[in-house]
Amino acid sequence: MPEISPDDTAGVSRRHLLRMIGMAGGGAAMYQAMSSLGVAADSTYTGPIDLQGAPKGASVLVLGAGVAGMVAAYELRNAGYQVQVLEYNSRAGGRNWSLRGGDRYTELGGYTQECRFDTGLYINPGPWRLPYHHRGILSYCKRLGVALEPFVQINYNAYVHSRHGFGGKPQRYRDIKADYQGQVAELLAKATSQNRLDQLVTQEDREKLLESLREWGALDKDYTYASSRRTNDRRGFERPPGGGLSGRPVYSQPIGLGDILKSDLWKDIAAGDEYDMQQSLMQPVGGMGRIGEAFGRELGTLIRYNAKVTQIRQNERGVTVTYEDTANPGPALTASADWCVCTIPLSILSQIPMDVSPGMGAAIGAVPYASAVKVGLQFKRRFWEDDDHIYGGITYTDLPITNIGYPATGFHSGGKGVLLGAYIWGLDAMDFTAMSPDERVRMAVAYGNEIHPQYREEFDNGVAVAWHRSPFTLGCFGIWNDATREKHYDNLCQVDGRIALAGEHASFIPGWQEGAVTSSLDAIGRLHQRAVAQGAKA
Amino acid sequence: MRSLAVAISAVASLACAGAFADSAGGNPGPAPAHPDRSGAEVYAHICQGCHQPQAQGAAGAGRYPALAADRTLVTWEAAAVTVLLGRHAMPAFGKPADPAFVFGEVHLSDAEIAAVVNFVRSHFGNQYQDKATAEKVAALPHPIG
Repeated sequence: MPEISPDDTAGVSRRHLLRMIGMAGGGAAMYQAMSSLGVAADSTYTGPIDLQGAPKGASVLVLGAGVAGMVAAYELRNAGYQVQVLEYNSRAGGRNWSLRGGDRYTELGGYTQECRFDTGLYINPGPWRLPYHHRGILSYCKRLGVALEPFVQINYNAYVHSRHGFGGKPQRYRDIKADYQGQVAELLAKATSQNRLDQLVTQEDREKLLESLREWGALDKDYTYASSRRTNDRRGFERPPGGGLSGRPVYSQPIGLGDILKSDLWKDIAAGDEYDMQQSLMQPVGGMGRIGEAFGRELGTLIRYNAKVTQIRQNERGVTVTYEDTANPGPALTASADWCVCTIPLSILSQIPMDVSPGMGAAIGAVPYASAVKVGLQFKRRFWEDDDHIYGGITYTDLPITNIGYPATGFHSGGKGVLLGAYIWGLDAMDFTAMSPDERVRMAVAYGNEIHPQYREEFDNGVAVAWHRSPFTLGCFGIWNDATREKHYDNLCQVDGRIALAGEHASFIPGWQEGAVTSSLDAIGRLHQRAVAQGAKA
Repeated sequence: MRSLAVAISAVASLACAGAFADSAGGNPGPAPAHPDRSGAEVYAHICQGCHQPQAQGAAGAGRYPALAADRTLVTWEAAAVTVLLGRHAMPAFGKPADPAFVFGEVHLSDAEIAAVVNFVRSHFGNQYQDKATAEKVAALPHPIG
């Protein structure tokens, strides 16, 4: 419970009331309150960028064919600039990427994995969901004809699991959410009716609060949360209602609040209340990589692949980049342009000699990269649907795998199926990164087997991507904190002479494609202004 | 966040049991009393993900420097400061543990940092004789929060 300051007790404090409800509800109600106060902001994307008046013949060199780089290349080309893109990989997309059957991936250290998934099955090693409010990336899906389908974030029938709670037996999200919420509502209702909140709530609000708690928690007329039709309509039945003589329901019994609190499973029930995880979310049909592929098709020969940038030089006349063709090793090559949009991750850019101001140089070297690992597992059948009735969504666990993500597409399709078998952060990610890909897969299967015992029989094959072993990023995404934002962020984002940086690392939405899109649009807008201003000299 | 010891013991218990050990009691047991991890363990579970198992480093669009036969390790202080404060994209490992940080920054104790620095400086073709200690590492600058 939050501290109540003496000043607030004199009258009604709606804020405290809301805070209290928010705390008890794991943040859901709190978020609603914040939204109504206008605290939560939308994407800064405001529609297609207008880049009129590009100087005739002006050229831009874009470094990196990920989302940020290709947004820049697409818009600048459309605005009339001469555009060339240099990309380290032999494909477009960067972290926008799906691994499908037949794909090969070689990580730093030399392990090569060949993905052996069946046709149509995939894993997204990078981003895997598109929130409805990420309007920038969604608009490019629309413009490029990338078909979307729902991504399921919250599945009430998926599991929440902790090693120590309920003897390690996974619980249905639905049960934990309903029982936690119901019993917290009951507690708060009791405190309210015993006049324990009189200093916080007016008489008028008291009645409304009680009424709302009954609704919110599925309480009965006495404000009790107990086994009943009403609570079973939330948490599900022991035997669900059906038709005919066999259809008489049997009610299930709630799990005691004490057991839920001890289990720590309450930690997992607010995930879908996060702004970035709220339904509706979407995914491209066929894998997140469809976006990068569509951009790649659109830009065609403007992108030079297998180009490893080794030097970035600028002077008052233009920018010259030195690179190697990794597919055909030979003498160093150069590319020149009037302007440069550089989207190379800072983990790599900090190692490339570059003519920029000391401020930007310091900023480039100030951002550590997060460690993350994803494991895709193919199984011989979709047992999560057939046996467990889980269609899409996510199981959360305190095991190192943290997530089991179920495909939100292809329900009931015969044949094999692919799960996201692990999505690992922090220390566990570093530990998994240190393993061989085979070990990572083996460990993900061993851990997942504690939740779905079918793993043992049904496992077929898997792939594991550890982002710190990714040759094209050397990490997952840039981690900022308040101090580094204050000291370096503006310096990173300023146009420096003829160079502008863009990417998720130059955004306040790190690790999300929307950060890459909005950062890119922001950077090219400013670069364009400068180009127009200096047009005659360019 | 969970301590290094807990995480390592969790992984180790599964690894020792084999991938498909009988799942009765399959949950990793409680962590043993928390001894500071040895330098070899810290290296194997954290450092080698990037710097590679034989400390040979790796190169793609960018590179991870080799720590094998590395002359920049001539002073233990420089190595310890790099681990404490991070360098470029390498995170700082000397920050206080922050349970609220969702991406799980990793905290190493001064003793663990001394141990891993000593380990690297005496393996992989490095033969430096002088040793870091927890007390000496404690005297170096640490990152704030």
